[in-house]
Amino acid sequence: MATMRQIRSRIRVAKNIQQITKAMKMVAAARLRRAQDRVQAARPYAQNMRDVVGRLSASSSDDIADVLLQRRDVARVGILVISGDRGLCGSYNTAVLRLAQEVVVEYGADRVQLYVVGNRGMAFLRRRMSCPTEQLALNPNDIRYGDAAQIANRLRRDFAEGRVDAVEIVYTEFGSAIAQRPRRLQLLPIAPDAAGDGASDHPIFEPNPQVLASELLPRYLVTQVYSALLESIASEQGARMTSMTSATDNAGKMISSLTLSLNRARQAAITKELAEIVGGAEALKG
Amino acid sequence: MATFQLRLVTPDAELFGGPVVSVRLPGVMGSFGVRAGHAPLMTALTVGSVVVTHENGDTELIASSGGFVEVSRSGVTVLADAAERGKDIDVTRAEQAIGRARAQLESGEAVDYDTARAALDRAMNRLKVAQQASDDR
Repeated sequence: MATMRQIRSRIRVAKNIQQITKAMKMVAAARLRRAQDRVQAARPYAQNMRDVVGRLSASSSDDIADVLLQRRDVARVGILVISGDRGLCGSYNTAVLRLAQEVVVEYGADRVQLYVVGNRGMAFLRRRMSCPTEQLALNPNDIRYGDAAQIANRLRRDFAEGRVDAVEIVYTEFGSAIAQRPRRLQLLPIAPDAAGDGASDHPIFEPNPQVLASELLPRYLVTQVYSALLESIASEQGARMTSMTSATDNAGKMISSLTLSLNRARQAAITKELAEIVGGAEALKG
Repeated sequence: MATFQLRLVTPDAELFGGPVVSVRLPGVMGSFGVRAGHAPLMTALTVGSVVVTHENGDTELIASSGGFVEVSRSGVTVLADAAERGKDIDVTRAEQAIGRARAQLESGEAVDYDTARAALDRAMNRLKVAQQASDDR
């Protein structure tokens, strides 16, 4: 049985940890709310963009020959992996990196070029995978459209200049604070959604569909990267909040069970002392 | 007067959504106006001002830095790269941006000329729209 001093120091440690996890939980909750708002705010644009691209490709009679739509035999594939910079967020990093690993294995590591966002992903994939791995710098606390544009432009260049023949993205889809799901999506070549409504309108294109496509498609790519980034950030904060909530609860349980054994130990000590006094008095009576 | 639905969205927010009488847009082929019943159209936009006319005759100015517009039977959708309502534009910030862009252009340092030039255009447009918006009031 542990001595009272040992138990007391363990209670103190548990309390300290509880304070830290509680603080992390609050920070994650605040960031989650902000990240969630941004995911919501970005949705109308992304949705409209998808629709417009779909209708442009559906309703222009002559086929648009943009490089971003070009299907080639896939000799090399680029995979953009979005992970977090820090741990203590449950299975967030593990889940997305496991999927990334699966995708790499599916293509064969010698055909893959990895682009990684997040220190966790970089550390894990560089160690595990033999394919070239490049980290793309990003400040996860302040994602801007411009950051997504930089990443997207990089991918677009590599695709247009033939360094890769297809690009996939592996990120975490945000469902709610407790539900996040790792997901893969093909970014390049762009496969427009077949839009049903409005396709028969035969709109006027100014200056012409070809030029419009060359303006629109790069922006479409940026939008996709941007929403994947926003969803991943929200997922990370959601996962961190959930795991820190349960860590705080567990620390609380630990403290109460330790307090219980502390009280028992104290009782036992008192009982022992009493027995000794009584025993001593009896002996003196003689 | 006949109205139609106008939506103006940017990557970060839906800036405007509602019925309007007409809208004037800075197309790449020149500025053009849209009223209810316009033929379906898809075109790219350049840096400039979007003028919205509401049902009650009030006009509203929005600074937009390029993007796309789709005119369809169901309404007009503007996909702006960035946009700001005239009355919300921070004039000091716009002036600072102009100063920065000018300095970059004049110093001729290893900055991308087109990028700096575009930044200057955007900042000047914001300033212009802000001034027009305050004149209207």
